[in-house]
Amino acid sequence: MIVAVTGIMLILFVIGHLLGNLQIFIGPDWINGYSQHLRDLGPLLWAIRLFLLAAVIIHIYVTIQLAIENRHARPEPYQDRQYVKATFASRHMVVSGLVVLAFIAYHLAHFTFRKTDARFALLQPDRLGHYDVYSMMVYGFQNYLVSGFYVLGLFLLTLHLSHGSSSFFQSLGLNDKKLTPRLALGGQIFAWLVFIGYTSIPVAVLLGLVKPAQQL
Amino acid sequence: MNFKLKIWRQPNAKSPGKLVNYEVRDLSPHTSFLEMLDILNEDLLRRAEEPIAFDSDCREGICGTCSLTINGEAHGPDHPGAVCELYMRKFRDRATIMVEPFRVGSFPIVKDLVIDRSALDRIVQAGGFISARAGSAPEANSILVPKHDADLAMEAAACIGCGACAAACPNGSAMLFTAAKVSHLAVLPQGHPERDNRVLKMVRVMDAEGFGNCTNTYECEAVCPAEIRASFIAKLNREYARASMQRGAGE
Amino acid sequence: MFPQTEMLDLVIVDGYAKGIITRSLRSGKIDAHAAEAVVLATGGYGNVFYLSTNARGCNVTATYRAYKRGALFADPAFTQIHPTCIPVSGEHQSKLTLMSESLRNDGRVWVPKRQGDRDKVPGEIPEADRDYYLERKYPSYGNLAPRDISSRAAKEVCDEGRGVGPGGRGVYLDFADAIKRLGEHTIRERYGNLFEVYEKITGEDAYKVPMRIYPAVHYTMGGLWVDYDLMSNVPGLFVIGEANFSDHGANRLGASALMQGLADGYFILPNTLPNYLAAQMGKRPSPDSPEFRGAEADVRARIEKLLKINGSRSIDSFHRELGLLLWDKCGMSRHEKGLREALQEIPELREQFWRDVRVPGSDEDFNQSLERAGRVADFLEFAELMCMDALERDESCGAHFREEHQTPEGEALRDDENHAAVFAWEFQGAGQPPRLHREPLHFETVHLTQRSYK
Repeated sequence: MIVAVTGIMLILFVIGHLLGNLQIFIGPDWINGYSQHLRDLGPLLWAIRLFLLAAVIIHIYVTIQLAIENRHARPEPYQDRQYVKATFASRHMVVSGLVVLAFIAYHLAHFTFRKTDARFALLQPDRLGHYDVYSMMVYGFQNYLVSGFYVLGLFLLTLHLSHGSSSFFQSLGLNDKKLTPRLALGGQIFAWLVFIGYTSIPVAVLLGLVKPAQQL
Repeated sequence: MNFKLKIWRQPNAKSPGKLVNYEVRDLSPHTSFLEMLDILNEDLLRRAEEPIAFDSDCREGICGTCSLTINGEAHGPDHPGAVCELYMRKFRDRATIMVEPFRVGSFPIVKDLVIDRSALDRIVQAGGFISARAGSAPEANSILVPKHDADLAMEAAACIGCGACAAACPNGSAMLFTAAKVSHLAVLPQGHPERDNRVLKMVRVMDAEGFGNCTNTYECEAVCPAEIRASFIAKLNREYARASMQRGAGE
Repeated sequence: MFPQTEMLDLVIVDGYAKGIITRSLRSGKIDAHAAEAVVLATGGYGNVFYLSTNARGCNVTATYRAYKRGALFADPAFTQIHPTCIPVSGEHQSKLTLMSESLRNDGRVWVPKRQGDRDKVPGEIPEADRDYYLERKYPSYGNLAPRDISSRAAKEVCDEGRGVGPGGRGVYLDFADAIKRLGEHTIRERYGNLFEVYEKITGEDAYKVPMRIYPAVHYTMGGLWVDYDLMSNVPGLFVIGEANFSDHGANRLGASALMQGLADGYFILPNTLPNYLAAQMGKRPSPDSPEFRGAEADVRARIEKLLKINGSRSIDSFHRELGLLLWDKCGMSRHEKGLREALQEIPELREQFWRDVRVPGSDEDFNQSLERAGRVADFLEFAELMCMDALERDESCGAHFREEHQTPEGEALRDDENHAAVFAWEFQGAGQPPRLHREPLHFETVHLTQRSYK
């Protein structure tokens, strides 16, 4: 249940973050303004960040604990194992979760703390005086390796969500025999929409559809 | 039909076990899987070898005693149904068939393919009953049960307690079993007085017995011979949350 | 709670039932349990026939051990053979599965009129060549004739060589007319689960081809004798459910076993047992008393004897042989000659068992063979009692059909003058014939009459 509740919070963040990012397609002013707006929240932004951090830590701590219990529940493994219904995603939540965690760490270092790319410090503020997030993203994604890692991280996030986003209904008891298959399908669709939404940005950058707003 | 078998042999809970190869020949396709093991055992006896221990009783899918993992699936490939309802015609001739016990830490192996499922008994003993006074027949129409509730209770009551849910669960969780037992009584008026206590106690014992946790993979539902649906687990979660809140509110 | 534990003896202290000796089926540990009273709810003895609709674990051991300690065994010859079971498909069959009797509401029972047609595909046999024998013989009840009659009628047509399916031991239960009349949907709604079970076991789709059915042992009306309080003649020994002889007479009717389970366990015993217990409080013996020690020693000696034989034949082979013998000579119909033969053959088989059975493993361990051997040993003794009872009851009565005693139409012919009684047998010691007690039956409101299903 704790896993479900923290999971829901993180899912809400994933949706919000996606909506924010997609503003890149509207133009530099929009997304730069949006990010400035977030930074202007000041202490509130930090409260949200701490809140999310707490959710992540609890989510991970509890699931690891559960996973250890689950390991103990079957000390001797099967010699042969066939799954009838359990999906690949549902059986590998811990692995997909941990890879996503590594991805988030890189992602924060990359775009939030800007520690991995020296060029980001050279970016000039845009004409409204905002930090040029737009160009930062474009330059960031022009690197094939970086984009590749993003797509991989997002794929695992998708895998994680394809199970998690319908699973929490079950954990919270908000489910019945008619809803189950619909929720499962809905969860898949949701997860892949997230994947398409997020990966559209690096793909668009690599295809040259989105170009930097300033030259370095 | 002819088959090659790889069967788990283990003298007792403490000693290690291993897969041993056997062969059975000239079987009728109408032989049941358990009868195939009977035939193999008769053959072993003739050769003065120790027969393979396996459990069975009703042999028609209602007692929940037979408990084999066949080719990696609890109760074998013919879902829904218990091992005793599995017939050799479901296998390809000359196939190699792997037979293992249900592997769950809370079901220690007694011998070969026989496991001790008393952990499930203890979950039921913790609350899977109603405390009714026996002795005189109540008027049948004095307690009315809506058809929908009766049907739902019946679906849950179909659980035969075989433990395949825990055996198939990637996490070794017995949630489907517990959910069926809790739901069956929770939807009926006779079960209401003890509703909160029941779910809290049964879940506590389930955890204490060392079963794993539900991560909603629904593998249990796929192998359940009684076709108990995983939505009963949602019901169990609901019941548990409800009871915990009532407790928290000091009621 | 003691799951996976079997009762191997009854302990009687000063004439009162005061405890039992058990063996754990998991560890092999022998235990003595002392109490104020003993309640047996140990089921029927249908597995004496080897093949039956009972679970494999059902056995006569608990009631038979009580019989050997002095409880009366009543009417053991009364065994119900249920008409609608899936036929035997092969030699190694371990179990027969009951198809609900409700199927006869809509299914029509038939066999080909000519022997030569029995291997034909049923759909190719024209209406005119089919014998709907129940409808023909019992026009008013037709396919709903009672169990014993339907079972015997099926045996009769199969004995005439008109049975269908492997071994010629089966009759068709055909839903084609019902499907035509009501539609497949209605039939699926009514019997869908049964059709599924049938398909699992036989691999055939009964919506398309007729089901094949044959009678099988299903229920045993006989059991330990009890009074209206469900107490046997041994004070403190209560017997409930199929284990006792009460309620069903010579022919159980549909659903009444469920009724007996509820009535005995839920309504009667909770009232009668406390009445007995009231005088027994504080009179629980120690499980270390000589009576318990003695019974425990007997149990151990018997186990040791079984393990020491180390012969060459398997336990199941004896059980199968006994089952076939009983099915032929003390099954759906019996006659004096067959019963006398059985009474010769059973002791011989038993003697061979104790000389040549092979029971592997040890007693202080999980040992399924030992478990089965003890049960088969008891069946081998009990079968003799059954045949004695069937021989002694020189009339036809319900499920007990003596071929010598039938009406010109083949109906059971009772002898109320001499046999309107419960036959209760008392053990007199090993090798001694048991003593027969006859408890006369009195009918006050409804009087005995000859039934007719014409």
